[in-house]
Amino acid sequence: MREQQLEAANTSTYAEDYWEGLKMAVPVILGYLPIAISFGVLAVQTGISFFHAVLMSLTVYAGASQFMALNMLVIGTVGLEIVLATFILNLRHFVMSISLFSHLQHVPKRWKALIAQGITDESFALASLKRKELGTYPSAAIYLGIFSGAFGMWVIGTAIGALIGNVVPVALSDSMGIALYALFIGLLVPAVRAYWKIGIIAAGSAGLSWIFSIYLSEGWAIVLATVFGSLIGVWVLEGDEE
Amino acid sequence: MTLTLIIIAMAIVTYLPRMLPVFIMDRLHFPGWVSKWLKAIPYAALGALIVPGIFTVEPGAPVVGVIGGLVAAVIAYFRGHIMIVIVAAIVTAFLIQRF
Repeated sequence: MREQQLEAANTSTYAEDYWEGLKMAVPVILGYLPIAISFGVLAVQTGISFFHAVLMSLTVYAGASQFMALNMLVIGTVGLEIVLATFILNLRHFVMSISLFSHLQHVPKRWKALIAQGITDESFALASLKRKELGTYPSAAIYLGIFSGAFGMWVIGTAIGALIGNVVPVALSDSMGIALYALFIGLLVPAVRAYWKIGIIAAGSAGLSWIFSIYLSEGWAIVLATVFGSLIGVWVLEGDEE
Repeated sequence: MTLTLIIIAMAIVTYLPRMLPVFIMDRLHFPGWVSKWLKAIPYAALGALIVPGIFTVEPGAPVVGVIGGLVAAVIAYFRGHIMIVIVAAIVTAFLIQRF
């Protein structure tokens, strides 16, 4: 059995696997373009330099918290609060990372440490949805393909947005804030269509998130709603067929 | 704190939660209910991110985000491409604010 798996793993080269991953990531890569452009445009209109906008997308690479940071900078929040809010908002990646790497025990740590930087809501959702196609021992190269494609488009889109930011009319850029949510909806709806019980999980945590947000900051509300909302899955999801 | 320092600090606190599981969950095996829990997380995260954030797309006018979100949901339901979903939501939000 083990030999068969190794044989199967050896039939494609790392380059082929990387391309495979890139192709899989096309929905997220294209979905990121308008959002990254929106971020670049809003950043420049907020008064952030081209350099800082691109630096943020290059190093932070977390859509929701980047938009949040813009909002906080606009209202004049001090840096420490932005950093803390970013940390809390992105704590959810910890749980996603556990989920992702529980299927990648065979991959060396240095590769996993690199792949980890690519974990976003969208790329993680995509990688999770494609898990069956990836097989029992997916190659790290496929994940690098998925994640680096999305990352590349995020940075390129930010640069485009920051370049054209000053010529985009404010009336349009005001409407661009919805891009991020449209991407989330565009990822969620097909999953619900394929398996309706996913809708219960999403609706449940959406409701929790709304309730929590009345009493807590946005970051904590998202973290707690994700942790408790996903517990609904323990009851509604069927067990692993493997 | 300069903006560059803020961004670097943001990057560090974002990378830590993503990277930590690589080093602390070696050869860890989860019972069935935990794997179901982990499986549900992406969908729970999407739900929690959409609501209530979408109501504040246009401060003071939650209807902008709601209608834009509904347009996105309908297009996504009928298998519209993700790029069309996003652009349609932006256009819808833009039009609502004009009228």
